[in-house]
Amino acid sequence: MSVQTPARTTGPLPGDAPGFVSRSPMTPRSGWRRRLTRLDEKGAPYAYVSPFFILFGVVGLFPLLYTAWVSLHKWSLIGGQGDFVGLKNYADVLSQPYFWNALKNTVSIFLLSSVPQVIAALLIAAALDSGLRARTFWRMGVLLPYVVAPVAVALIFSDLFGDKFGLVNHLLGLVGIDPIQWHKEVLPSHVAIATMVNFRWTGYNALIFLAAMQAIPRDYYEAAMIDGAGRIRTFFSITIPQLRATIIFVVITSTIGGLQIFDEPRMYDQYGLGGADRQWQTLTLYLYQLGWTQKNFGRAAAVAWMLFLIVIVFAVVNFLVTRRIASKGQR
Amino acid sequence: MTTSTLPKTRRGSRLMRRTQASPTAYVVLAIVLVGSAFPLWWSYVIGSKDSAAIVQDPFSLVPGGHFLQNASTVVTTVPFWKALGNSIFVSTTVAVLVVLFSAMAGFAFAKLRFRGRNGLLVFVIATMAVPTQLGIVPLFIVMSKLGWIGSLWAVILPSAVSAFGVFWMTQYLQEALPDELIEAARVDGASTLRTFWSIALPAARPGAAMLGLFTFIATWTNFFWPFIILDPGNPTLPVALQQLQAAYFVDYSLVLNGVVLMALPLIVLFVFAGRQLVSGIMQGAVKG
Repeated sequence: MSVQTPARTTGPLPGDAPGFVSRSPMTPRSGWRRRLTRLDEKGAPYAYVSPFFILFGVVGLFPLLYTAWVSLHKWSLIGGQGDFVGLKNYADVLSQPYFWNALKNTVSIFLLSSVPQVIAALLIAAALDSGLRARTFWRMGVLLPYVVAPVAVALIFSDLFGDKFGLVNHLLGLVGIDPIQWHKEVLPSHVAIATMVNFRWTGYNALIFLAAMQAIPRDYYEAAMIDGAGRIRTFFSITIPQLRATIIFVVITSTIGGLQIFDEPRMYDQYGLGGADRQWQTLTLYLYQLGWTQKNFGRAAAVAWMLFLIVIVFAVVNFLVTRRIASKGQR
Repeated sequence: MTTSTLPKTRRGSRLMRRTQASPTAYVVLAIVLVGSAFPLWWSYVIGSKDSAAIVQDPFSLVPGGHFLQNASTVVTTVPFWKALGNSIFVSTTVAVLVVLFSAMAGFAFAKLRFRGRNGLLVFVIATMAVPTQLGIVPLFIVMSKLGWIGSLWAVILPSAVSAFGVFWMTQYLQEALPDELIEAARVDGASTLRTFWSIALPAARPGAAMLGLFTFIATWTNFFWPFIILDPGNPTLPVALQQLQAAYFVDYSLVLNGVVLMALPLIVLFVFAGRQLVSGIMQGAVKG
């Protein structure tokens, strides 16, 4: 295909060529040419979709399925494939407290980042949807953090949340709160990491909500206001139910991304193990440690497969929960 | 906004609230704006001080005068220029490939009839929800068999397909490219390749640009897989940033100086293309 492309495009355009009219379907064509056109019309669609499907198969689908195969073997980063061991890797991983610790941390960080984030994004979207002056300025303003890489975000907040000389503890001190051990204690470290996620994605999601809000017919609001409903009432009784599909979309995408979180916890300290006592070691961090520090690909693959299933279960559960919450106002 | 000069009664202004924002909205957004910009300002402040100045007054918000001095230490500690070149090359290549493959598939899905079309499109949409990142173990095995560990192509290829991109271009071409135009080209005897190249691609340009922009940013900020597969001597910017952290974790003036240096290219991009990013997200949201 790549060979044909330049040859065809450098030739004269069909419409411009003087001789083109005589080659229009009105005049008879040679048989092979017609057959060629036939072949083109039948085969071309597959040629157009094939680069995506072939590459996706090689770098997306195949590795995912092959993970299951690796997880059933003794498999080392250095030595390669070993004996078939059945479900032993799964049993080993599940019997490790580290796995459960990582699962707990992942879910905790996910909840701390997704729930406040969706609520904040809805509020910001409502503020953006109120006929502002210089609205492009405000919209760009909330999106700014999106262009900062998670790695960079993690380093900035790791400093802000410093245990001894961090700005956050300094400010807390001004209002009489004792310094918090953001890098030592479990929950504070989760809060700090969730803050990084929220920093980067809240504005992005607010713009998604804003677009959906603007699609709500204005008569709904006018009718509600004539009936005497206040702002807060209309927000809960009209805006939220109308945004149902969008809220579900945002929750599902942040579930899929959030449960695989790696960059922020990896960069929260320099060692990258998720804290001295694995206070903020997430599942993906654990997977990395098994595979590339302990060089045990079999176990790493087992964790990857379980994480895959966890992501799917969470996505389905969140879909059901969000649908329920978002439709409450309607009933 | 045009009606804002008219005096309004209390009731009237409530009915017109869609056209005039309350002060609360401005206050909320001003707080968000400070929250968005402050961490970046803070890293510039810290990154422009020497360690002595930070010890002296850790919470001053005034930048010091050592930014360039710190920057020169950063670019010699980690292979900064190499990482910058690699990031530009990888992000550009991935963006071009994603746009090309997505536009091709999107063209076929939106405008051509073929057996299995609906089934394949459903497959594409379903794969948008699949966390393919979890295939890294076999992906690493494959790359090491190919001898590609440390190669930029090992980073480029897995990112070069995007189910979202195919979905996006399908939606875009369905609207932007009238069926009559395709039909006319067919009647004139144009091959599908010519139709794609001379008619579909020009029509797809705005949607393709948007997709390219988002793909570029996503690739530029990508860390997990490049961190696994690339050599320390030949990194992309996020991987180089990790090296800087490993070298200077205690010295935040250098680490955050590196953060500023590495965030700068995308912030410049944001200044010029931020408007497009905003409308891209809002368009995608309505369709998705």
